[in-house]
Amino acid sequence: HRVTVDVLDRLEQLALVDFRDAEGVQRLQKAIQFADQLHEVNTDGVEPMDSVLEDRCLYLREDDVTEGNCTKELLRNAREKVEEYFVAPPGNIPLPKLEERETFLQGS
Amino acid sequence: PRHRGSRFQVSAALQEGRVSPTELCQRCLSLIRSTRFLNAYITVAEETALKQAEESEKRYGRGQPLGVLDGIPIAVKDNFNTAGIETTCASNMLKGYISPYNATVVQKLLDQGAVLLGKTNLDEFAMGSGSTDGAFGPVRNPWSYSRQYKEKSVPKSHSEDKESDWVITGGSSGGSAAAVSSFTCFAALGSDTGGSTRNPAAHCGVVGLKPTYGLISRHGLVPLVNSMDVPGILTRCVDDAAIVLGSLAGHDPKDSTTIQDDFKPFELPSLTDVSKLSIGIPKEYHAPGLSSEILSLWSKAADLFKNAGAKVIEVSLPHTRYSIVCYHVLCTAEVASNMARFDGLEYGHRSDMNQSTESMYAATRREGFNDVVRGRILSGNYFLLKQNYEDYFIKAQKVRRLIADDFVKVFGSGVHVLLTPTTLSDAVPYKEFIKEDNRTRSTQDDILTQAANMAGLPAINVPTALSERGLPVGLQFIGRSFQEKQLLTVAKWFEKQVKFPMIQLEEVKRHDHGIFQHQKSASFS
Repeated sequence: HRVTVDVLDRLEQLALVDFRDAEGVQRLQKAIQFADQLHEVNTDGVEPMDSVLEDRCLYLREDDVTEGNCTKELLRNAREKVEEYFVAPPGNIPLPKLEERETFLQGS
Repeated sequence: PRHRGSRFQVSAALQEGRVSPTELCQRCLSLIRSTRFLNAYITVAEETALKQAEESEKRYGRGQPLGVLDGIPIAVKDNFNTAGIETTCASNMLKGYISPYNATVVQKLLDQGAVLLGKTNLDEFAMGSGSTDGAFGPVRNPWSYSRQYKEKSVPKSHSEDKESDWVITGGSSGGSAAAVSSFTCFAALGSDTGGSTRNPAAHCGVVGLKPTYGLISRHGLVPLVNSMDVPGILTRCVDDAAIVLGSLAGHDPKDSTTIQDDFKPFELPSLTDVSKLSIGIPKEYHAPGLSSEILSLWSKAADLFKNAGAKVIEVSLPHTRYSIVCYHVLCTAEVASNMARFDGLEYGHRSDMNQSTESMYAATRREGFNDVVRGRILSGNYFLLKQNYEDYFIKAQKVRRLIADDFVKVFGSGVHVLLTPTTLSDAVPYKEFIKEDNRTRSTQDDILTQAANMAGLPAINVPTALSERGLPVGLQFIGRSFQEKQLLTVAKWFEKQVKFPMIQLEEVKRHDHGIFQHQKSASFS
């Protein structure tokens, strides 16, 4: 089953990563084909496995603050900041639609 | 012929004052400089290393070394956070990123007095099996420059650059493997998600240990697949690996996936009687593409155990061939999630694009990630789409259980340790390697190592012999969960039997002012 442009577009929006060229799309096609081999395996009655440590209790700390106060160190690595804020461009603006975006998919 | 040597040689040398920590550090730094063409290191932390060496020297002077690792030069794969030192994951996304903290494993090594020489090269974000796909270029296998390899190479015409014959290290912890293999450090940290420590260990002729999932803290290791990643240990002999393991293993409150059982560091006994040992040979590991050379070595190894009195039996891990497919889905899915944090806001690369948060994120990620990373993110997102979640992600998780159960059954039947090849062949020349794309390569190369990550089991590569081309070939032992002592004991016995030859490198000989002169000093234990 070939992946439709709609799905490709959706993936670009979800992943915030673009298919740079035909090769990128091809790569996905091949990845799906490869993954389809999973369907050869009979998994009736088999529970999904999240972790090999599923039989153990995960360690949880006490809900106490034990470290922090490292604002300076953390801000040091940010490119855009104002006082103690990370600065982001305006939000709540969805990615341009496929027709308006600069993406390889436009030509599809 | 040089041999592995007895224990605590360099540590003993340090203790007895035959060599000082600063001398040792200087020699390693000097060797790093003269082996720069290997491109094993991304960052060399010369100043801090020398300072650490000086502190170590003071401690030895007072007769108060912190332990066996005090003053020992080590290297760390560049996907571990190291405070004050750039951590790039070999990606443009993190170029210039100075970690504000040390990964737990790094901190533990430093607390033991180890001297951190630098950060080693890898495939970008540890995705790959060649250490060829990083933002700082490929790593060259030191064996490319060994007398053993050169002797076996067909002499080319004068015009052809001998440089272009170099072979890959394997990956993704190629820099760490190369660093240990070329004597620039005594141990290195790698990471292992699908074989990334064992694969380059095999190609570079060093010991590569993948511990049981949950034994060693992942805090500070940039995550790839949270349910499979483990820090890996690369050393020149099995005893050294046990020592490093001893200093790293144990519960970390900062990593809730580390088990809470008490871990006791152990010394490896020198096994003489293997008659009570049961070695399993999984038939499915006779994978398509396995070179006849390696097949033969594997067979010889099995005979070695048999002739020594061990019980050697063929076993079956029926779902082996689906391991790679399963990994492919689970890995890309977790990658899609783990890579979401790279958005340019808090750290790392940030695009100039400023129109909106979304477009800035998209541009940042387009600029920061290479094709391999982006490809996996997109695939992962595909498998996680609502319409695909059950068919791919959940399905893969079910298959994972089947794979893990295969091992449970085999170990449950009385087998102590499994013996398999680590790689399908010896290291290929770079020129040949890059003809295929990263995903295809990873698919092929991870086949023998990947299942151990699926099941969370400990596994180790032990250098076994040189191939016809004069390059290292290793064999892999897979052990029972949290039974590292048993696994390493068997590995050590095997290592002693095969007497893997030491690499003969010009550069090392030139620096050989007595430190590396005796093979004994090449290991620290």
